[in-house]
Amino acid sequence: MREEGVTSVLVNSNPATIMTEEGVADTVYIEPLTVEALTRVIDRERPDGLLPTLGGQTGLNLAVELAEAGVLDRYGVRLLGTPLESIRLAEDRESFRGLLREIGEPTRYSVIVVSWDDAERARRIIGLPAVIRPAYTLGGTGGGVATTPAEYERIVRSGMAASPIGQVLVERSLLGWKEVEYEVMRDGADTCITVCNMENLDPMGVHTGDSIVVAPSQTLSDQEYQMLRSSSLRIIRALGIEGGCNVQLALAPRPDVVPWEGAEEARDRREAPPYYVIEVNPRVSRSSALASKVTGYPIARVAAKIAIGRRLDEIANSVTGRTTAAFEPALDYCVVKIPRWPFDKFPAGDRTLGTQMKATGEVMAADRTFESALQKALRSLEVSGRSLLWEHASWRRGPGEGGGEPPLAATDDRLWALLAQLRRDASPAELSRRTGIDPWFTERLARIVSMERRLLAEDLTPALLLAAKRMGFSDGVIAELADRLPEQVRALREGWGILPVYKMVDTCAAEFDAQTPYFYSCYEQENEAPPLGRERMLVIGSGPIRIGQGIEFDYCSVQAARALRRAGVAAILANSNPETVSTDFDTSDRLYFEPLDGESVRDLLANEAGEGGEAPPSIVQFGGQTPLNMAPVLNRAALPVAGSSPESIDIAEDRRRFEALVSGLSIPQPPGVAVERLEEALPTADAIGYPVLVRPSYVLGGRAMEIVQNAEELARYFVAALEEGSGPILIDRYLEGMEVEVDAICDGERVLIPGIMEHVERAGVHSGDSMAVYPPQHLSEEQRAAIVDYTTRMALALGVRGLMNVQYVIAPEADADGPGVFVIEVNPRSSRTVPFISKVTGVPMVDLAVGAMLGRTLAEQGYPEGLWPEPQLVAVKAPVFSMSKLGGVDAFLGPEMKSTGEVMGVDVSFEAAVRKALIASDLDLHPKTPVLLSLADRTKAEAVPLIRALHEAGCPLYATPGTADLVAELGIPVSPVTKLTDDGSRPREPVVGQPTVADVIADGRVRAVVNTLEGKSTTHLRDGFYIRRQATEQRIPCFTSLDTAGAAIRALAHPGSYEIRPLPEYRDGVAAAARGPGE
Amino acid sequence: MTAGAVPGAPRGAARLVLADGRVFDGEAIGAPGRATGEVVFTTSMTGYQEALTDPSYGGQVLVMTYPLQGNYGVNAVDSESGRIQVRGFVVRELTDLPSHWRSRGTLDGYLARHGVPGIAGIDTRALTRHLRTRGVLMGTVTSDESAEEALARLRRTPDYASGDYVAEVSTREAYAFGSGRDPAEGAPHVAVVDLGVKRNIMRILSGRGCRVTAVPHTASASEIRRLDPDGIVLSPGPGDPMLLDGVVGTARELVGAYPMLGICLGHQVLGRVFGARTYKLPFGHRGANHPVRDLRTGRVWITSQNHGFAVDGSELAQEMRVEQQHLNDDTVEGLVHEELPIFTIQYHSEASPGPRDTEFFFDRFLSAVAGGEALAAARERVGGV
Repeated sequence: MREEGVTSVLVNSNPATIMTEEGVADTVYIEPLTVEALTRVIDRERPDGLLPTLGGQTGLNLAVELAEAGVLDRYGVRLLGTPLESIRLAEDRESFRGLLREIGEPTRYSVIVVSWDDAERARRIIGLPAVIRPAYTLGGTGGGVATTPAEYERIVRSGMAASPIGQVLVERSLLGWKEVEYEVMRDGADTCITVCNMENLDPMGVHTGDSIVVAPSQTLSDQEYQMLRSSSLRIIRALGIEGGCNVQLALAPRPDVVPWEGAEEARDRREAPPYYVIEVNPRVSRSSALASKVTGYPIARVAAKIAIGRRLDEIANSVTGRTTAAFEPALDYCVVKIPRWPFDKFPAGDRTLGTQMKATGEVMAADRTFESALQKALRSLEVSGRSLLWEHASWRRGPGEGGGEPPLAATDDRLWALLAQLRRDASPAELSRRTGIDPWFTERLARIVSMERRLLAEDLTPALLLAAKRMGFSDGVIAELADRLPEQVRALREGWGILPVYKMVDTCAAEFDAQTPYFYSCYEQENEAPPLGRERMLVIGSGPIRIGQGIEFDYCSVQAARALRRAGVAAILANSNPETVSTDFDTSDRLYFEPLDGESVRDLLANEAGEGGEAPPSIVQFGGQTPLNMAPVLNRAALPVAGSSPESIDIAEDRRRFEALVSGLSIPQPPGVAVERLEEALPTADAIGYPVLVRPSYVLGGRAMEIVQNAEELARYFVAALEEGSGPILIDRYLEGMEVEVDAICDGERVLIPGIMEHVERAGVHSGDSMAVYPPQHLSEEQRAAIVDYTTRMALALGVRGLMNVQYVIAPEADADGPGVFVIEVNPRSSRTVPFISKVTGVPMVDLAVGAMLGRTLAEQGYPEGLWPEPQLVAVKAPVFSMSKLGGVDAFLGPEMKSTGEVMGVDVSFEAAVRKALIASDLDLHPKTPVLLSLADRTKAEAVPLIRALHEAGCPLYATPGTADLVAELGIPVSPVTKLTDDGSRPREPVVGQPTVADVIADGRVRAVVNTLEGKSTTHLRDGFYIRRQATEQRIPCFTSLDTAGAAIRALAHPGSYEIRPLPEYRDGVAAAARGPGE
Repeated sequence: MTAGAVPGAPRGAARLVLADGRVFDGEAIGAPGRATGEVVFTTSMTGYQEALTDPSYGGQVLVMTYPLQGNYGVNAVDSESGRIQVRGFVVRELTDLPSHWRSRGTLDGYLARHGVPGIAGIDTRALTRHLRTRGVLMGTVTSDESAEEALARLRRTPDYASGDYVAEVSTREAYAFGSGRDPAEGAPHVAVVDLGVKRNIMRILSGRGCRVTAVPHTASASEIRRLDPDGIVLSPGPGDPMLLDGVVGTARELVGAYPMLGICLGHQVLGRVFGARTYKLPFGHRGANHPVRDLRTGRVWITSQNHGFAVDGSELAQEMRVEQQHLNDDTVEGLVHEELPIFTIQYHSEASPGPRDTEFFFDRFLSAVAGGEALAAARERVGGV
C-alpha cells in the first residue's frame, strides 16, 4: 500500500504481530475487531476504502457485517478488492453451489441445515458418511465427518453452535479422493493466473490444515492438472474476485470410485468430469501464505495492489526484478508442509484428524526430491524425540502386551506409523489401499525405509553417505542406523566433501536471473549462495507455531533483522515456518528456509563462512527457546554467538547454577531444589512442604510443569518426566501470590526495564495463559523498587547482553522482613511479552537489544537505565485458546500453557482495557448474561463478592447443588442444576424436573460458566471436565480462575464507554516527555 | 544394460557433454547409446509425455527443470504424435514406480522402447542456469566414451540450426484425422499443413465439428486447393523457419483464398510470408507459464510455449498487425491481417501440455471458416462443444 502512495490505517487486536507495529501502516489501532469499534475508527479516520481480504476470515466477516449494518454506505467507504457480492457468493454455501451449477462446475449435493428437523431430512437425502461444515467459521471449526447417526447428531449440533448464523451444510463424504488446491489471482482487467497448486498427501477427509501437503502436485497428469486449473480460473472469474482466492478440489483417484449413491446425484454425475469443487476462500488464506513461500510469489502484496486498482502486468515481480506479477511460478524443487500439532502438550487430546483443524502451526521444507523435502520438514517440527525413526512404544510390543500394529487411521502419528509398517514389511500398495494415500507417496516412503536398511547393513562409504544425504537423512539418523555418533557422521561428511549447496527460490526455475535472497539446501553440484561479503549476523527464527512459542517470537526475529539492516549489518535469517513475516524474502538480506536444528544451522553457517572464512555470529535471543537451545551446540562447534554468552545462557537455564547465582546476590526465591531421582525428590518435597511446583530444569512454555499436592502425585510426575528424559527436576515451594513479570534490556553495564506487568491470575497459572496488566495496579513502591533492583543485579551478574525476562511472585506473607518479591524464573532471551511491552511503552526493545549486541550502549542509543516512566494508559494482554477444536482437552488454566495466541486491550482505565481484551478474546460478559456456577469448596468463600456482583449486574444464576446452596444462603435467587456424576465418578440419577449441567449449556440457557477445580488432579470422568469441555464446544466464556472471572465482572460492573484511538495517542504525553535525547 | 527393465535396479553411468566443454555426470536412463542435439530446457512442471512426443522438439535434447519426472507413468492417451520426438532426455530424478490409474508403464521403459537415451541424477538447475547464461547449445548424452571423445565427436556434428527437422517429423502422405466420430455432412473442412503437428490441434478442430486433413509439408498449393478446404492451419514444428522457403512459398500462394491460422512455426512461416524475418532467441521460450498480452484488450493470457525462434515485427507488411506480445521480452506472439481472415499465434493454444486458457483462439479462426454459419450449423448437428 505504502509503495503505491496510499495512506493506510490498520486495525487489529493482536499485539504480537509485525502488522500492528507502527510504521507498517500509517496509523495503527490496537482495538477489538467488532462492528462497534470499527465503526468508530471509520468515523474518526474517514477512509476512502476498506480492505478486508488480507485479514483472513475475521476480516471478511467484519466487512460483511459493516456493510450490512450500513456503516460503509453511511461513511462512503468503498470495499476494496473483491466485491461484497463475491464474498457473499463464496461464503454462502447455497448461493455458491448455485453459481457452480450455473458455470457447469461439479459440486456435491448438499443440504443447508439450520434446525435438527432439517438435519434429519438431510441425512435421508445424503446418507452416511456425511460431512458437516458450519458456515462462516475459522478453520472449519465445529465440523466433522459422521459415520453413525449418533456422531451425526453430535457434530451437527456442535456445528450449528459454532456457526455465527447457526447454519451447517451437510454433504456426502468424499473420503479417499485426492485433495488438491489452487491459489488463483485475478485483477480488474480479468487477467487470471494460478500461483501454484498443492496436493494433500492425506486424501479427502482430513482438513487441509491438518494434512501433509506437497507442492506442486505430484500424482496429477498434465491433463488433470489443467482440468483443475481451468476449473479454478472459471470459478474466480464467475465470482468476480479481484485479488487472491483459494480453490479446493477433490479429484477421483480412479474412474471406478462411485461415492454417489443418491439417485438424483448419480443422474447428474453421468457426464461430469471426475472431480468436485469443494470450497473457495475468496481471500488471502493460510494456504496463500504457504503458496507464497512455496513459490516466492508474494500473494498478499500483489492482492493488496490489485485491490487499489493495479493490474497484474503493472505489478513488478520483485523476485526477478524484470518480469511482472502476470505469470505463473515454475518450481524446480519439491515442497513439503507438515502441520505442527499440539498433542505433545495435550496428551489427553483426541488425536484423530478430520474436517476440523487441530494443528497450531506448520513447517515447510524445499528440496530437489520429495524424500529429502519430507525429511527436512520432519526435522523442522521440533517435537523432541521424534526423529524419522520414532515409533510409539506400544508398536514394539506384541498384541498380548497391550501393543499392536502401528495404527493407520488419520492421526498426527500416521506418517511415523506408515514408516513403521514399511519397516515391518507391509507393502506400499497395501498401505495405500488401507489409507487412501496415493501409492506414489507410499512408494517414496518405502524408498526411505530401504535406505534405512542399507545404512543398517552396509559400510558407510562416500557413495552411500551421499545417497543418504541426497534423500534427506540427517546426520543424527544416519548415525543411529550406521552405529556412529552424529558428530562422527559430520566429520566423515566434511572429510569426504559431502556438503549441502544452496539453491534459490526464484519463481521461474532458473529461466531468468533473479535477485531474491531466498535459499534452501540440497545435495547438488552448484552453490548459488556465496558468502555475503560484508558484516553480517544470523538471526535464528522460532520454527513452527506451537503452544508456548507463538508468532510473538517471529515479531522479535523480524525486528532484529530490521535493526541489523538499519545498523548497516547484513541480516541473515533462518526459519522453517511458512506462516511468518521472517520468511518473507524482503525481511532479510538472505533467507535460509531450513530446519532449525544443529546440523542445518551449522551447515548454513559453514556456507556463510566459505572457504577458510569466518562464520557470522548467530543471534539466539529472539526466536524463543528454539534458537536458545542452539547456543550450546554453536558453542561446542566454536561458532560465535552474539549477545549474552552461551555461558550466561547456561547459568540462567540450568536451575542449579541459577539458584547459586541468585543466592549469591541475596535475592529471595521460593525455597526449591533441583533433584534427579525420586529418592531425592520425596524428602526434598517434604522439607519444602506441599503443595510444590515441579518442572524440568530446562523450561519452555511450562512444559510438564505441575503443582503437586502430595507424595503420590510427585511420584507419578517423576516417573513420567524420567520416561521423557527431562533431566533434573526442580521442586519449588508453591507460593500462591500475585505473579509479576518484567522484560529488561542490558548492554553489559546498564539495565533498562521498559515495563512491569502484573498478572490477573495468581501464580500457578502459566504466564502465557494469564491476563497481564501494564502498568501494575497493585504493587507498592517498595515492591517496584525491589523488582528493578533484583532485575538489574541479575542481568549484570549474568552478563546479559540483549534481552532478559524475569518472573516474580509477590508473596509478602512468606517474606516477613522484605518486600515479598521472589524470583521464580529468568529467561535470557526475548519473551512473549516483548511485542506487547514495546507497543504500549514505545520502547523499541528489540532494536535496543540488537544495538547492545553490536556493542552500542543504551546511553549511545539514547535510552536511560532503570524503570521506563509509565504512561497514563492501561493495557491488558489476554490469551486466546483454540481448545474448542481439540476434543478431549481440558480447558482449565494451570501451570502448563495452553493458549495459542493473544490479544490486547488498551485504554485509559483498567475496566475499559480489560473489557476490550475480553471482547477480543471472546470472554466478555454482558449484563443479564445467565451464568452457571460450579465451585470447588476451597474457593467458595472467596467467590462470594463475585456472586453478588453477578447478581447486581442482573445475571440469572444457575448452580450445581453445593454451589446453589451457597448462593441461596446469600439470599440470591438461583436455579439448581444436577451434576452428571457424583464426585466418585458414578453416574448420578437424574432429578425429575431439574436440568443437568449438560442440558443448560447445550440448550443455551447459560451463556457463561465459572468453574473452579476441586483438587489439582483432573480426571476426565469428573463433572468439572465435562462442564468445561461442553462450555468450550459451545464457545461460551468459561472461567476456571476466580481472578479472571473477577476481572471480567469488574469490567461488567463498570459498563462505561471505552476509547477508540490510535495506539500512540494512548501513550502520548508521559512517554514522549521522557524520551531520551537520541530520539 | 537394458534400461527400464527392472524397477529399482541400479543404473549405469552416463554423462551429458556440452559443446562448450561443460560435463555433467549422472545415471543412464532410457535406451542405451548416445543422443546428440540442441540442449533446451522447459519449465513446464507436468506433461512430460506430451513434451517428449511433441514434434517441435525434433533434433533437441530436452531438459526438464522440474526435478521429479515419470510420477504418473506413461499412458495411451497423452502422446502428441506417434513416437518420442526428442533426441535425448535429461532429468534430475526419474521414478521407477509411477502411480496413476491410466499408467501403462514407466517413463524409463517408454524411453527405452522408443530407443531414446537419457540421463538422470544431474544438477538440472545448474545446467539450466548454464544454458540461460550461455544460450542453448549442442550437447550429447553418452555412456561409452570419455568426455574428451564425446566433445570431439560433438564438434564434428552439424549444428542444430542447419537441420531440416520438419522433413523428419512431417507426414509423408496426406491423411484424414480420425476422431472416432464422423464429421457431419457439410462440416467445414480444415487442411492442416503438417510441419510437426500435435494431435491435440486436430482433436480440437475435429471436436469443434470440423473435418480435418493433414497434408505433408511438401504439399504444393495446388495439391492443397484440390482438397477444397474451408480453412488452412499451418502447424507448429521444429527448427529454423528461415530454412522453410518451400512452405513459405506455398503459404504465400494460398493467402487470400482461405482463412488461415498459423501456430508457432506456422506463425513464423506466415510472418515470413508477410515480409518479416525470424531470428533465434538466446534460450527460447519453453514452458507452461508464458504471459502474453493481447494489445487490443490489455488482458494477459498464460500460454504454453515451445519455440527457439521469433518473428521480428519490424519489417512486417503494413496489412499484418502485431496483436499479441510476450509480456517479459516483448517478442511477437500473434499477428492478425487487417482485412483477410489470417491469424497467427506464436504460442500453443492447443496446450497439451500447459494451460488451456486460449483455446478460444481456435473459435476465432473457425468463425472465419465457412463464414461461421455453416460451422455453427455443423456443430449443432454433431452436438459438439
